[in-house]
Order: sequence, then structure tokens, then C-alpha cells
Amino acid sequence: MCPIRLNAFIPDFLDKRLLFVTGKGGVGKTTVAMALGIRAAMEGKRTIVCEVASTENASRLFAQSEVGFREVELANDLWAISINPDEAMREYVLLQLKVKAMRDLLFRSRMFTYLAAATPGLSELVTIGKIWELAQLDRKVKHGRKYDLVIVDAPATGHGISFLQTPRTFAAIARVGPVHNQAKEMEQMITDHEQTGSVIVSLPEEMPVNETARLEGELRDDIGISVDHVIMNALYPETFSPADIKKIEKLGKSEDPELRAASRAAVSLATRTAAQHEQLARLREMISADISTLPFIFKPELDLKSARQLAEEVA
Amino acid sequence: MASVESVIEGREVVICAGSGGVGKTTTSAAIALGMAARGKKVCVLTIDPAKRLADSLGLEELGNEATKVDPKLLEAAGVDTENGGELWAMMLDAKETFDALVARHAEDAEARDRVLNNRIYQQISGALAGSQEYMAMEKLFELHSEGRFDLLVLDTPPSRNALDFLDAPTRLTQFIEGKSLQIFIKPTGLAARVASRGTGVVLSVLKRLVGFDLLADLSEFFTAFSGMIDGFQDRAHRVNSLLSDEQTSFLIICGPQGEPIEEAVFFHSKLIENKMHFGGAVVNRVRYRLGTRQVKVKDLAARLDEELKDEDLSGRMARNLSEYDVLAVRDQKNIEQLTKALNGEPVIRIPYLDTDVHDIAGLCEINRYLFTEEEERVDLATS
Repeated sequence: MCPIRLNAFIPDFLDKRLLFVTGKGGVGKTTVAMALGIRAAMEGKRTIVCEVASTENASRLFAQSEVGFREVELANDLWAISINPDEAMREYVLLQLKVKAMRDLLFRSRMFTYLAAATPGLSELVTIGKIWELAQLDRKVKHGRKYDLVIVDAPATGHGISFLQTPRTFAAIARVGPVHNQAKEMEQMITDHEQTGSVIVSLPEEMPVNETARLEGELRDDIGISVDHVIMNALYPETFSPADIKKIEKLGKSEDPELRAASRAAVSLATRTAAQHEQLARLREMISADISTLPFIFKPELDLKSARQLAEEVA
Repeated sequence: MASVESVIEGREVVICAGSGGVGKTTTSAAIALGMAARGKKVCVLTIDPAKRLADSLGLEELGNEATKVDPKLLEAAGVDTENGGELWAMMLDAKETFDALVARHAEDAEARDRVLNNRIYQQISGALAGSQEYMAMEKLFELHSEGRFDLLVLDTPPSRNALDFLDAPTRLTQFIEGKSLQIFIKPTGLAARVASRGTGVVLSVLKRLVGFDLLADLSEFFTAFSGMIDGFQDRAHRVNSLLSDEQTSFLIICGPQGEPIEEAVFFHSKLIENKMHFGGAVVNRVRYRLGTRQVKVKDLAARLDEELKDEDLSGRMARNLSEYDVLAVRDQKNIEQLTKALNGEPVIRIPYLDTDVHDIAGLCEINRYLFTEEEERVDLATS
């Protein structure tokens, strides 16, 4: 990795074992999850970033690194995995049934295939089960690597809340038996504020700010997970002061189209920056978690390099 | 390139699809408002509009029923309603719609209550894979059958992937109808065997894997559903046929970044594959190119300095335009790629406005771009 100037503060939520990165769709969750992973790895923590997705909607960042349902090393101390529910289900059965004949019987059974497909919430349960398994010091899978930190790029809000609620739901439905016990264990881990935390990624805009405030309440009260931080993503720079803008506006009527363009772009940026700061102030009023900001990156596409750049800024 | 009005002309249903965070709700509301302003009776169905947008439409206490937006609010924003146009809106409640569907298809009150009171149904009916998407279609179908509106605009539920929406009926019917249920409820099926505490090999392995109690609850759940299979199946097919009907048109809403554009292209090909009617794409937050040529930071800064006599400010301005232009060039390239992939179908570019849109006035601002021809649109966006 290139030489870096790290922000002196190490976010203390990176000291947890399991961290869920949540937020509304389109706020940059995947990039932030990866940035947090890179940052934790820089601090010497063995870290894995998990994407929760079926194969056809794996995000670009993961697809480009050819991450699938296996732990892939992206950099020193940094791994990634894309958790596909079908594979997670298969692995679960492999771990549960030690006798090969029994497993084969089950995998061949149509009844099992249908049960697995039709039972509501089962995909989510086995996915969280896999996340839980990754976070164990005593890994269940053979030769499993031990991680200091598991970071989850959680499904978008709406789906996200019901996703995190799955273990509790199953623990309640199953009452007794193996599923009950495992779901209970997962729920205990998710709600253990020492071990597990969450960050909400947001944007300085009306809708994401509202949703962040609502999400904070739901995560705390309905799920019982600790909300450690809100990361306000994509903040524009304060390049122009109001005095600058007064000068700049005069160029708006220039004969030269390039000067007009430069003037227009400057005024737009200043207007957007001001609106973003209003939203940031609104969010401060609405939530109790600490907020930190990440800059907007003026690049055509965000890739691992951009995530690395953001990793240095996370505080 | 055409105005959105010509794109949806003659259609009774417009479905706005796209991944999360691309401005789907706003675009749906804007289209509905624009068509109401053109004398149509329009209803927009949405899942979760921004609070302020809902407030501005006077929709604070909106439930699962269509409510008319007060014409006075529209007039205040300069929308003409003298021509008989009406704007209605409703917020979908997936759980309530699902409950109503169960009530409709149940043989009797007892069967209905058995499902509604089932613990698995209660815990998961809102979160059932595809249920939100399916219930949106269901409500759409219901409103369309009633024939109260000239046009229905559906803002599809937020999902990572626009395709989730198209898959929803399949996924849900896979669950409700078909083999999965039957295998549980046929006389020799799992439910019967669980009920009679049977001892089959597969059953005993399953019991060991998930526990008897959960298996029993699941069986009960599936059995409770069994009486409704025919009704659900029939309904699902009719809902599906409305989606592929001539009266229905899909609009893809996306952003100008690579990922949403790729997804839009993929979604378009899926629509065609499924024989559904594609109307066009709306690309939100497009950075139009402002200058006439490639930005050369040094030259531009020098030119600016001649006028401003402020070297530092001129440098910042030149760099800012250059940064803006990087994204504008990306947008241009991505949209060219999209236009090519859509074989000349309409692509409407809405510029990245300086301010957020969250009221009727903001929707009107968007409609200046949506309801105009391409040439005018470019003029508006770059002037």
C-alpha cells in the first residue's frame, strides 16, 4: 500500500469483533464498508468485509476483485467474502450433519430443496449464521482463519431491519431445538454491545437524513444493536466563500462561454455545499450517535483505490 | 429525444423501476403531477416518500387507500387544475395488502384466521421474500380493475436491484403455489407425516436439522395456506398479465454512474425477454457539460484572473470546473452507452439541480425537463 497520512484517531468501533454497515440504498455503503475494512487492516487488525448478496447482484467493488463465497485476501490483513444464501445453506447442513450419508440423503431430497426455498426468512438466517461463524474465534469450518473484525455491508434499509431481526424471529418461532439455540446465540451476539456494533452511512440530503434518524431508532430499540457512529458520506468541499461568490456571479454574463461555465460550476458547488451543511446540522439535531464526514470523491467510478483514500479519512 | 408525455401516451399504467437512491419516488411523483396538470386523473402509488414531499402533498395521514391531493396546493405551485386533472396518491402497506389478500382467498373465516393467526405468518408476512414487490403489483392491479383513474404511476419498492421487482411474482408464487406447498400438504406430504409423527428417514434427518417444533409450525403454516392456492395462483397470473399488457409501460429510473447504468441496460434486456413494454429511461442528476471544450486548468485560470484580478480564486474556479467536467464527461459516456444499448428508445436526462427536490414546486422544476423535447432540455440545463 502507498505511504499514507492517517487520521490520528482510530475509531473505537473498529475494536469490536462484528460491525454492521447499514443505510439507505445508494448512499455508498459498500465503499464505506470497504474503507473501514482497509482502515482496520492498516491498524493491524485481521479483517474481513462481507457482502450479503445473491450472485447476480454482487456489487462492482466485489465483482472486480473476484470475490465469491470464499474468503479472498485483498491486501495485507484484509479479506473479503460475498455471502450467497444457497451456499451458506449448504455449508450449514455440512456443519450440522457430520454423517455423509445423511447429508447426501438430504441434498437429494426434493422435500429439503422445497423446504429450503419456501421457508420465509431462511436465506437471511443462514446468511447471518455465516457472518456469525466468521466472527467466531473458534471457527466451525475446517482451517477457518481467525479474524479480529468482521465488517458486514448490510442490505439496504427496510430490508436491513428485517434482516437483522431474523435471528430473534426464528428464536421465537422455533421455541426449542437446534435452530432455536443457534438463532438465540446469533441474537445474543448481535445485541452484545461489547462485541457487536453498527454504523449508519448517510448522505447530506433530505431523504437519507430522515431515514438515518429513523434507522437509528429502529436499530437501537427494535433490534437492540449498538449504534456507534453515523458516517456522512460525499461532502463537497467548501471551496468558495460568500465573498468569492459575489465576485464570481459577475462572470455569469461574460461573453466567453468558458468563463460562464466556470462561474456556473462555482455557484452550483457553493449552493450545494450550503444545502449539505444545512442537512448535516439537521442530522445533528435528530440523532444521538457521533457523526463523522467523508469527502465527495471527484472520480468517474469509485474503486478500491478510492476506498483506500477514504480509509485514511475515517475517524 | 422525446418528452415523457409522448413516451407514456396511451398507457394506463406506468411502472417506475430502478435501484435504490436514484430518485425513483421523486420521478414518479413528478410524472403523476405533470400528467394531472395535463388534465388526467392520476394516482401515484408509493412505498415511502420523503416526509417533506408527503407533507407538501398534504399526505401526512395517508394509509393504504388512494387520497386526493388538495387542488389548492397544486394551484399554489402554479399547476393548472381547471382542465379536470386530479392528483391522487397512496402509500402502500405490504402487510395490510397481504392480509386483505388472505381474507379474499380464504374459504371461510376460520381458514382466514388460521393463516392470519399463524405465528410464522405474523412474524414474517411483511418480510417474506418478494412480498413488498408483489403487494405493490397487487394493489396496482386492484386499482386498475376499478377503472377510477386515467393513469396509475407505480413507484416500485426500494431494492438493491430493479430486477427484484420483476422476479417478485415468480418468487412469491413459487412459495404459494406449485410444488413447494404441495409437497407439504399432499396426503403423504411432510405436513401429514409431521402431524402423524411419522418416522421417514428424510423426516428424521430434517427433525434433527431444524427441530420438531419448527417443522410442525411450518407444516401448519403451509397447510393453512393450502386452501388459497387456486385463488392466489389465478390472481398472480392476472397480475402478471397486467404487467405485460399493452396498457402498461415500464420506465427505468437510474443515475448516471456506471453501476446504475449497467443495471438499467440489464433490466431493459430482461423486460424485452419477458415481453413487457419498455417506455424509456430517465437518468437523474446528470451533470451536463458546461463549457464548450476540454478544461485546461492553467489556461482557464489565467483567463479568469484577467477578469477577476484574483489569482487564488481563479485557480480554485478553474480546478472546480475541471473536477465537475470529469464527472460530466463520465455522465456523457455512460448515457451514450445506455442510449446505444436501448436501440434508440427514449433516454431523458434530468440535470443535477443545485437544490434538493422535496415539494410541489421542486416537482414542477423537474417537470420543466421531463415534459419537454431534448433540444429544449439541453438549452434549459446549460443556459
